[in-house]
This record gives sequence, C-alpha cells and structure tokens, in this order.
Amino acid sequence: MSLSNKALQLDDEQRLLHFLTIDGLDRSILTEILDTAEGFTGVSERTIKKVPLCRGKVVANLFFENSTRTRTTFELAAKRLSADVLNLNISASATSKGETLLDTLRNLEAMHVDMFIARHATSGAAHFIAQHADRGVGVINAGDGRHAHPTQAMLDMFTIRRHKGEFVGLRVAIVGDILHSRVARSQILALNTLGVSEVRVVAPQTLLPSDARSLGVHVYHDFDEGIRDVDVIIMLRLQKERMRGAMLPSEHEYFSLYGLTERRLALAKPDAIVMHPGPINRGVEMDSKVADGSKSVILQQVSYGIAIRMAIISMVIGTQNQRTQEVAV
Amino acid sequence: MSDNTTFMQADGVESLIDVMAGKIWTLINDKEITEPLMVGIRTGGVWLAERLHQELGLRDPLGTLDISFYRDDFTRIGMNPEVHPSDLPIPVDDRHIILVDDVLHTGRTIRAALNEIFDYGRPASITLATLVDRSGRELPIQPDVTGLHPSLDPDQHITLIGPEPLGLILGAKTNRTSRGDEQDKDA
Repeated sequence: MSLSNKALQLDDEQRLLHFLTIDGLDRSILTEILDTAEGFTGVSERTIKKVPLCRGKVVANLFFENSTRTRTTFELAAKRLSADVLNLNISASATSKGETLLDTLRNLEAMHVDMFIARHATSGAAHFIAQHADRGVGVINAGDGRHAHPTQAMLDMFTIRRHKGEFVGLRVAIVGDILHSRVARSQILALNTLGVSEVRVVAPQTLLPSDARSLGVHVYHDFDEGIRDVDVIIMLRLQKERMRGAMLPSEHEYFSLYGLTERRLALAKPDAIVMHPGPINRGVEMDSKVADGSKSVILQQVSYGIAIRMAIISMVIGTQNQRTQEVAV
Repeated sequence: MSDNTTFMQADGVESLIDVMAGKIWTLINDKEITEPLMVGIRTGGVWLAERLHQELGLRDPLGTLDISFYRDDFTRIGMNPEVHPSDLPIPVDDRHIILVDDVLHTGRTIRAALNEIFDYGRPASITLATLVDRSGRELPIQPDVTGLHPSLDPDQHITLIGPEPLGLILGAKTNRTSRGDEQDKDA
C-alpha cells in the first residue's frame, strides 16, 4: 500500500502529484507543505485576500458526502489562489458508485477541470479518482470513508507547529472515537512521520480498532492516565448516531468517562493546547468552558485550514502543470 | 555552479551601497518625500535593504516581499519549495515606497513585486533601487537608483551572495534550476 501511495502521489522529483493520504509521504515533504502554508498565512490578512498563482485554473469540489467546514475552507483556499471553483454536492446513494463516479469525472474533465477535491463515504474513493483522472489533473482527498483525511491532519500539524515550534519531544493524546475516525488515522501517521516523542490514543475498547497498537501508538482506556503530562490534546468528534448502537453508553456516561473538563485538562502540561476537528458536541466530547477556554485553539485550526489547503492545492497544481508542459514539449 | 568567479568582494559591494544610499537620499529630497517605506525583495534585496534602511536611518520598519506567489513562470516550474511569508508591517496606502532588489535583469521579478504591493494597498509612489542593473530587459522597467551597470554576456549570470559578507559572483547561467536549488529569481 505504502509503495503504491508513493508512486501515485509523487513524481520523480518528489513533488506532489496528488494528495491522497499521509501514508508513503516522508518528513521532508510534510515539512515542505507546512513551510509553504506559512507563506500563505498572511494573505488572509491583506486588503486583497488573493494571490494570482492559480489564475485560470478550475477546481471542482466533488463532495459525495456532506461537509460545511471542509468544503468551505477548500473553496476559500482555491479562491484565494485565484482559481475558479465548482461546487458539486452529489448524493452517493442514488446509483452504483463506480460508474457514477467515472461518469462524473469524465464529464468534468470534458469541461477542462484542473483539479478534483473529493470527499466520499467509501474508503479509497480519492485513490480511484486519481488513478482514473487525466494526466495534468490533480486530486486531493477531502476525506474518504474511514480511511484518511490528510488535509485535516496537516492543518492539525500546522496548528501544533505554530504553538509548539518543534515536533520532537512532544507528547500528543488523541481522544475519542478512533475506530471510525479517518482524521485520527491521518493524524497518527503525520505525527509519527514528523517525529513526535509519543502518540497516545485514549478511547473505550469498543471505539478502538483491533490493530490499534500496530499504528505506533500507546493505548489508554483511562482518560486521566492518558492525558497526564501531554503537550497536545486532540479531541475527536463523537458521531451521535453511534450512541444508539451497542458501542457506547449514554451521552452522559460518555462525557463522565471521556469528556474533557477543566479538572482533567489540569492533568496535562500547563501549556497544553486543546484541539478538535469540529463540529464540537458541547457537553459530550468537551465542556464548553474548555472549548472556549484559553487553551483551546479550535478556531485557529479553522483559519490554518485555509493556509494548508492553499499550500497543497498550489503544490499539486504546480506539479501537474509542469507535467502537461513536459508532454507538450 | 562550481565555475563561479568572484565579480566583486565585500568592500566593493559595501561602498556601492554607500553610493546608493546617497543617491536615494538625494532623490527623496528632490521629490520632497519625508518618510519613505523601504521594502526588500527576498533574498538578496532584503540583505541590501537592511543596510540601506540603516544608513538612511528610516523610522518605519523594513518590509520584505517573497514574490513566489506572483511569479509568471509558476505554470512552468511549479511551486518554489522555499517560500517565506511576505511581511509588510506598515500599511502601504498613500506611502512612498522604495523597492530594493539585488539584480535587475529581465524585469519580471519587479513586475511580480509591483503586483504584490498593490494587493496590500495603493501606495503614493514606488521608487526602484537595485544594486546591479544589467542588460537583458524583457519588460519596460528601469531602476531609479542603481549601484552598478556591468557589461555582461547574455549567458552570464551575476548573483549577490550574503548575508555576511556580501559579494557579487559571476557564473554561467543555468538553464533551468533543479529542485532544491534556489530558484532563478532574477529570471
């Protein structure tokens, strides 16, 4: 898997052709993404919140699954690069997925779209699109099934680096529904690639994948133990619909066991930061006092999400551009 | 780039900077500009601007531009892997700007820099100061203040090295920079 990811995502000069998963990407390319994003942070604060880098390019947001925040920040990122954006919200439930996806792809390619940003409920959907996209068309994974959400992981890494400076020496706890979380998978890969000292996952047994330990993490079931002396706490969203199943006790009980309160937060390092990919279920994953407190960097994550997505979009479009030129020569 | 030769050593460059500072001083007095805002273009232009800024005793902090997001060859060479944030700490609206770069060659860098400045606001004027004004212009852009007009062949490439000590080196122009090298900013 790792090797094919590398072959699909990078060209011979180690430039990004697509951005589908953290798996297969090394520390230098992740650092390059973070450094490039650093350059884009100022753009949002200027009189004219745009750079002309991707002028004349067409980016299609292909969302087979609902999302407000991710789609909006991708759209804003593409627009701040001066690209034109098509937003397509396509219900995946209607017809057989493979054919629908390819048909949609071919139609958009006939309109000379330069990039697909895809979110899909099926794991591997973005890979599938990248494998079938025309040469010169880049694909970014905006979340596929339980598999990966690599841009979310990168904006989280950017947030951590902005607050902590270095990754080496950090202890990071990821708390909540690890089992269903594509965000957690991508975060664990990115944190380990960037060389943090320790990644912990904190969850009840029912919300942990059976192979959790093979991901390179320390597993904790007790929240108080898991949060002790960490530098960064990443809370995951609990999908409330799962409450009804046998996987979880009541919301109230979940909060008492795995909800982040000020008392628990005091067990972490004094300068610890609290993150959450949003949207927050207040009173389920965390107390409002924590969500709105001084250690919360949740809204900064949203702002940084634009810079990170600008970096990834422009890097992919830049590489794909060069590829088409090579064909033309 | 092993066949580089020294074109000018630090003391020569420093005395050129003194001359440039004098010319800028005269020019802003002639134009009755009291508080200019100095902006250097990364990387060599910033080294130069730091020295000029100090010599002229300018009050407002120095601005820096990274023109990577405004390059006209992005579609050919892709993203510069070593981009830095631009930093214009003071609003440029209605201000007189002195834009500083190391080598003026094709004029494309200055075109990009002008576009970027205008995305920050509407300056009252922009004056261009470059250490080296060489032949090979591809756009109608000329410096207001310059230190040196060397006579160079089209395939020769002059570069400011620094930040300490500064020096000018001469080498054969590389056709296209490979990844990891500093990109050919004066293209």
